[in-house]
Amino acid sequence: MALPVYASPLERVWYYTFRTLCALIFLFLVAPILIVIPLSFNVEPYFSFTHKMLALDPSGYSLRWYDTLLTLGVNAPEDAVRDSTWWGMVWEQATWVKAAKNSLWIGMWATILATVLGTTAALGLSRPEMPYRRLIMALLISPMIVPIIIIGTGLFFFYSSACISPDNWLGWLLSPFLSAKGCLANSHLGIILAHATLGIPFVIITVTATLSGFDQSLIRASASLGANPRTTFFKVIMPLILPGVISGALFAFVTSFDEVVAVLFIAGPDQQTIPRQMWNGIREAISPAILAVATILVIVSIAMLATVELLRRRSERLRGVTPH
Amino acid sequence: MVDLTAAPEILRTADGRPLKSALALAQRKAKWRAFFLVLPLLAFVVLTFIVPILKMLERSVNHDGFSANAPTLVAWFNHHPATADIPEDAYAALVTDLKQMQKDKTAGAAGSRINYTVPGTISVFKSAARSAETMQPPYKDALIASNKMWADPLVWVAMRNAASAYTSDFYMVSADLKRDANDSLVRVEDNQRIYVYLFVKTFVLSIVITVACLLLAFPIAHLLAVLPMAKSNLLMILVLLPFWTSLLVRTSSWIAILQEQGIINDLMVWIGVFGEDGRVRMIYNQTGTIIVMTHILLPFMVLPLYSVMRVIPPSYARAARSLGATSWTTFRRIYLPQTLPGIAAGSLLVFILAVGYYITPALVGGADGQLISNLISFHMNKANWSMAAALAAILLAAVLLLYWLYDRLIGIDRLKLG
Repeated sequence: MALPVYASPLERVWYYTFRTLCALIFLFLVAPILIVIPLSFNVEPYFSFTHKMLALDPSGYSLRWYDTLLTLGVNAPEDAVRDSTWWGMVWEQATWVKAAKNSLWIGMWATILATVLGTTAALGLSRPEMPYRRLIMALLISPMIVPIIIIGTGLFFFYSSACISPDNWLGWLLSPFLSAKGCLANSHLGIILAHATLGIPFVIITVTATLSGFDQSLIRASASLGANPRTTFFKVIMPLILPGVISGALFAFVTSFDEVVAVLFIAGPDQQTIPRQMWNGIREAISPAILAVATILVIVSIAMLATVELLRRRSERLRGVTPH
Repeated sequence: MVDLTAAPEILRTADGRPLKSALALAQRKAKWRAFFLVLPLLAFVVLTFIVPILKMLERSVNHDGFSANAPTLVAWFNHHPATADIPEDAYAALVTDLKQMQKDKTAGAAGSRINYTVPGTISVFKSAARSAETMQPPYKDALIASNKMWADPLVWVAMRNAASAYTSDFYMVSADLKRDANDSLVRVEDNQRIYVYLFVKTFVLSIVITVACLLLAFPIAHLLAVLPMAKSNLLMILVLLPFWTSLLVRTSSWIAILQEQGIINDLMVWIGVFGEDGRVRMIYNQTGTIIVMTHILLPFMVLPLYSVMRVIPPSYARAARSLGATSWTTFRRIYLPQTLPGIAAGSLLVFILAVGYYITPALVGGADGQLISNLISFHMNKANWSMAAALAAILLAAVLLLYWLYDRLIGIDRLKLG
């Protein structure tokens, strides 16, 4: 949108005003995310820049809040030697490390569930013969639209009644995944199921978007060349829709990794996750340790965004190859 | 000559079946094959999403706290029509139940059910249950002597309505209504009207946030649409980054920016806009909720606007200019109407998401920035399950209505994520 040579002075003024305005809006979008990075290195327990930080004095900066992430909850003296036993204690006891392990575990299983079920369903939904396509699609996307507080409330009622006695064989089989009372409430499985449900719409949206550019005649070509449906799926369909599947999986993982409301409603003390820990931190005494976690999460999200962007371009290139 | 009136020979497949039925069979098979691919997910979503919501809806019309614990009085209500004057045998039935409640420690549960419609009755039930064992007939006088609320016709209307576990009382309370002594609906006193006010406030704040998002998203979506692809892809990352960043991260960084000792206030003091004592509180109130939610929902407005603006041909605007239209007229008459689908899609999406928002108002909303979701959570924490469920059901109805509208106007399969 270069400025045309015949532009009037007024249009020139407007052109530069518009550009400045846009720059300010982009600043509004990104500055609040990037600002946590320098703030997390504050040596003081404040939530703002100190004079020393603004003067770029090295003594104004420190890694103490990152250290807090490792030591909080660890039963060791401040000046303990940081040998392998100390690190072992951090791995077992540190509150944030435990939360991170829980979050990753729950996120991984929720992502696997959502991706496998979502991709299979998306394959069915993008077939032209699919009956009640619109209605089913609306239903499967709705966990993204229905407010999380409503889902949390419903899950709370459902999970507290969804119990199975460990005395019968099914209960015995499921007991490692349920709470001590044999219920879905206060169990890892309960959160994994809830998070998978929340991630499914993202998988459906990304995979159906990839499939919309998918040339259906490739399937017929593969069949005519003698491939059975399984070979066709793994050798023809999967490589082409893989970028969409991975994007969907990443979306599902981020959804689970960032989800706090359902966890607040259905989790017990054993299911402390990173967002729940942050939630408690923000509600109670807000310390820059939160900003240290936030910085780590921002870096993770930048990495994920970069991955998805690269995948999207690859997918567009792949689809550009197929003739229309 | 060919006889046109004769039935044409039926086309057959190689194995001799009529082509028409063979085709129908093949199509039916394809339909089932597609459906079986979706079936596992459908079953999963029904179990983890539909069933919980149905459970919640059931809770919103069901509360057996009173009906299960006052069987004698419930039986009396079933055999006697409502009268203005409550006879002695009703009080006798009540005292029988109160004695049992004292033994089972259920007076609180029964009282809490009545408490929803007649506030302050939990303690009345508890103290009556404590003294029920020592009461002597006539029970009517004994109960009224212990607390004159037992003569209140409103309490009796409420108990009669609570005699069945299934009730619409929680929706009645959600609409700021109550029953008078004649069992007809009236509005509650002005100072107790909280629910309707909060629904209206949630609605108004969501509109404010949607408009703010639209005003901020329109210029940058336009810029992204007209810039060359390489540059706009780069800028698009700035829109998508917030989308990928944790909500809690964004909320905590806004606290750092907006609080009284925060970055903006420090900057203002440093520049000299106001002194140390003039620091403005921009968070933990309604302003905070609006600013932070606008930031969080902005990408949901930019993406649909951008995808519409990108395909608007620039030649229309050029044609308008060449025919003598000013740039303002061109924008208003040519460009803006073409962006309307994007405006509708983005606004509806942002509004739907804003209406049910919980996390941000809970963390930065303070006292006056709370939305209806926060009240649902408040009732859940107070173990007022049915009240929370009724409010959630009303919110759900509103969101589903908007979702249906979105599907009709835009179509959910047009939803894109970056």
